[in-house]
Amino acid sequence: MNVLIYLVPIALTLGFVGLVAFVWSLRSGQFDDLDGAASRVLFDDDVDDRKT
Amino acid sequence: MSLDIDLSGFVRQTDDGARGIDFAIDGMTCAACIVEIEQAMKKIPGVEKARINYSNSRLALGWKDETLDPALAVEQLRRMGYVAHPFELAEAESRDAEHAKFLLRCLAVAGFAAMNVMLLSVSVWAGNASDITPETRDMFHWLSALIALPAAAFSGRPFFTSALGALKRRALNMDVPISLAIILALGMSVVETANHRPEAYFDSALMLIFFLLIGRYLEQTMRQRTRAVAGNIAALRSPLAARVNPDGSVTQVPTARIAADDIVLVRPGERIPVDGSIVAGTSEIDESIVTGETRQRSVGVGADVFSGTLNFCGALNIRARAVGAGGFLDEIERLLENAASARSHFVGLAERASRIYAPVVHLTAAATLVGWLIAGKSAHDAIVTAIAVLIITCPCALALAVPAVHVTASGALFRSGVLLNGGQAIERFAEADTIVFDKTGTLTLPEPRVANARDFSGDLIERAARLARSSRHPLARALAQERPMGAPYDGAREEPGAGVAASIDNIETRLGSAAFCGLDASAAAPALDEGSSVIFYRRGDETAVFRVRQTLRADAVETIAALKARGFRVEIISGDSPAATRAVAETLGVADYLGGAKPADKVARLEALKAEGRKTLMVGDGFNDAPALAAAHASLSPVSAADVAQASADAVFLGEKLAPVARALELSRLARKLMRQNLGIAVIYNAIAVPLAISGLVTPLIAALAMSGSSLVVTGNALRAGVGAGESRTPEQAQAGEPEGSRSNAGAAA
Repeated sequence: MNVLIYLVPIALTLGFVGLVAFVWSLRSGQFDDLDGAASRVLFDDDVDDRKT
Repeated sequence: MSLDIDLSGFVRQTDDGARGIDFAIDGMTCAACIVEIEQAMKKIPGVEKARINYSNSRLALGWKDETLDPALAVEQLRRMGYVAHPFELAEAESRDAEHAKFLLRCLAVAGFAAMNVMLLSVSVWAGNASDITPETRDMFHWLSALIALPAAAFSGRPFFTSALGALKRRALNMDVPISLAIILALGMSVVETANHRPEAYFDSALMLIFFLLIGRYLEQTMRQRTRAVAGNIAALRSPLAARVNPDGSVTQVPTARIAADDIVLVRPGERIPVDGSIVAGTSEIDESIVTGETRQRSVGVGADVFSGTLNFCGALNIRARAVGAGGFLDEIERLLENAASARSHFVGLAERASRIYAPVVHLTAAATLVGWLIAGKSAHDAIVTAIAVLIITCPCALALAVPAVHVTASGALFRSGVLLNGGQAIERFAEADTIVFDKTGTLTLPEPRVANARDFSGDLIERAARLARSSRHPLARALAQERPMGAPYDGAREEPGAGVAASIDNIETRLGSAAFCGLDASAAAPALDEGSSVIFYRRGDETAVFRVRQTLRADAVETIAALKARGFRVEIISGDSPAATRAVAETLGVADYLGGAKPADKVARLEALKAEGRKTLMVGDGFNDAPALAAAHASLSPVSAADVAQASADAVFLGEKLAPVARALELSRLARKLMRQNLGIAVIYNAIAVPLAISGLVTPLIAALAMSGSSLVVTGNALRAGVGAGESRTPEQAQAGEPEGSRSNAGAAA
C-alpha cells in the first residue's frame, strides 16, 4: 500500500491543476461568448488580442 | 447622415485613459459577420480593441485617443448594413452575469471535489467488501474530509445564504433542508471518521451540491440569455432623438439622454421619442399605441403628445416633459399601482411543494430519532439513523423538479419567439382559460399595410413601392413594405405634404394626394371607409388607388380559431371605436367584444372575469393596456408594444405573427404537466428511500446511488419540455429586430 503515498498526491494535484485551469479560463472571459467561440476557431486570423 | 450623433454619455473611461463603448448590433446573420465587423472596426484609426460577442450580438470597442468619435463606428457599420445602437449594460444584467460566474466557480469547485472524493469513496466501498485495513480506510476518510470540508464551505454558499435569508424571515424554503442535509452529512462523517467507523457521507454531500448547482447554473444562464435579448431589443427600439440646441443646431442624442425641457425635433414619419408638448408646428399623429384608436388626431401648438406615437405630415418641435406629469399618464399610473397591489400573490408549484415538504422531512427525522431511542437503540445509532433520513430525503430531486422544467420550457419558448420576464410566468400561462386580446397593434399589425395590393399587377406594385421608398410619409412606408427589397428610383423628388414623383422609363410617375397625381379624389370614394387612408398613383394612363389601413396579423384568424377549438374563451377589448372593433371581431369570429374601452374599463372587465372564477390571459401592446396587463392573471405583449406595457407583461413575443401566443399556452401546459410528473417522481423516490432510511438500512453507497439517480431521472424528464420545440426563427422575427440570440439554444436545453 506504500504506493498510495505518492499516487494520492499525484491524483489530487492533477485534479487541482484542472480546477485552476478552469477558474483561470472563466476569469479571462472565455465563457462569455460560447456561440462566438464555436465559430472563431474556424477563422484564419489569429492576430486579434486574446484577452477581452 | 449629416447630423452629429452625440455618444459621449455612453463612453466608459478608466483611470489609465482607456475608453470603451458597447453597441447592440442588429443584422448579424452568421459567424462570418464577426470577422467582417471586427476587421472593419480595427481599420478605424485609433481603435485598439473591437470584440464581437456573438451570443448576445454586441460589440465592444476600445480606444485611447480622446479625439476619436465613436460615431464613426456607427456610420461605418451602417454602411456595411448593420444597425448599431449604443448600449449601456443594465444593472440587473451585469448582476446576473456576475452571479452566473459565481455559480460556475462554485460548480467547478464542487465538481473537482466530488470527483476526487468519489475516487476515494469507491476504494473504500470496494475495500469494505474485501480486505481494506482500518488504517487505510481512516486515511482515505480523512483525505476526503480534507477535500470535502473546504470545498463544501465554498461551493455550498448559494444554498447557505438563501437558507439563512429564509430563516431570518422566519420562513422555510427548499434551501433550508438542503443546507441542513449538507452540514449534517459532513458533520456526522467527521465524527464517524474520528471514531474509526467504516461509513462516511462525504461523497453524498458533495454530489448533492454538484447536482443542485448544475440546476441553478442552467436556470441562471437561461434568464441571462433572455435578458440579453430583451436588452438588445430595448436598445435597438429606442431611437435617436434629434435635440434642438439653444443655438439652433440639431444633434442626434440617444433618447435616454433627453432631459426635461429639452426641445426635440420630430420630422414626418418618425415616432415621437419623448412625452411632451408641442411648441412649434402642426401635424396629424397616430396615437394608436397609446389609446388604441386608429384614426389620426390633428395636433397643434400646446397639444400634449406621448412617446411612441407616430408623426404623420408636419415637422414638430416638442418640449420634453418630466416623467409622470400629465392627465392621461397619471391615470395610467394610478391604475397600474392598484392593479399591481391587487394582483394575488401567486405561489408557484415549487414553493407550495417546499412549504409542505420541509416540515414533513424535519418531523420524520425527529420521529425516527425518538422512535429508535424508545426502541432501545444507543443514542449514537439513533442519531446516525435520523441524520441518514435527513440526508436521503434532502430534496435534491424536488429542488430540481421545477427549475429543470423552467429551464427547458423557457428555452423552447425562446426559440418560438417568446421571451419570459420571470420563471413563474409559465405556471400562470398554463392556468389561463380565458384570453382577452387588445385589437390595435396586437391582433392587427403595429404598422398600417396596403389592404388592396392584390387588385393590381405585380409590375405596378413594384414601381409604386420603389417610388414610395423615397418618401418618409408613414403611408408611403406602408406601400414600400410591399416590396421590402425594392431600391428607390434615382431622381425621385418628394414634395412635402403632396407626394413623390420620378421619371420611370421616361414616363412621369407620381404617387401621393389626388391633386398631386392630377386625379379626381372622388375616384376613391368607394374605397374610403373607417380607418383607412388612400394613396393615389399615376403613370401615364396607368392609375391606381391604394387603400392603406391597419391589417390583421397574417395568422390571426387561424390562431384565434385554434385557440377557440382548444376550449379557450376569447374576448376582444379595444380602445378603438366600437364599429372598428366589431369589424375585427366579426372577421375573427369572436362573439365577446367591447369597443371604446378606457384603461379602467379594461381592468373592470378583467375583474369581472376573475369574479366568475376565470383565469385570464391579457394580450395587449398599448400604453392604455398596461393596467390591464398588470391586473390579468397572466399577460403577454408583442415586441412592438409600448415600454410600460412590456414592463407590465409576463412575457413578450417577437415577430409579426400571432402564433407565439398559442405556442406559449401549449408549451406552458406541457411544462406544467412535466413539473407535476417530476414532483411525482420525487415523491415516489422518497416513498422508497425514506422507509429504508428510517429502518437504518441506508449505507453511503445506497445514498449516493439513490440521490444521483433520482436527480438524473427528474432532469431527463424535464428535457422533454424542449423536444419538438425546435422551431427555426422566421424572417419576420428577424425583421422585428430580433438579435441573433435565439439562433442556437442547444446549450440551454442540455
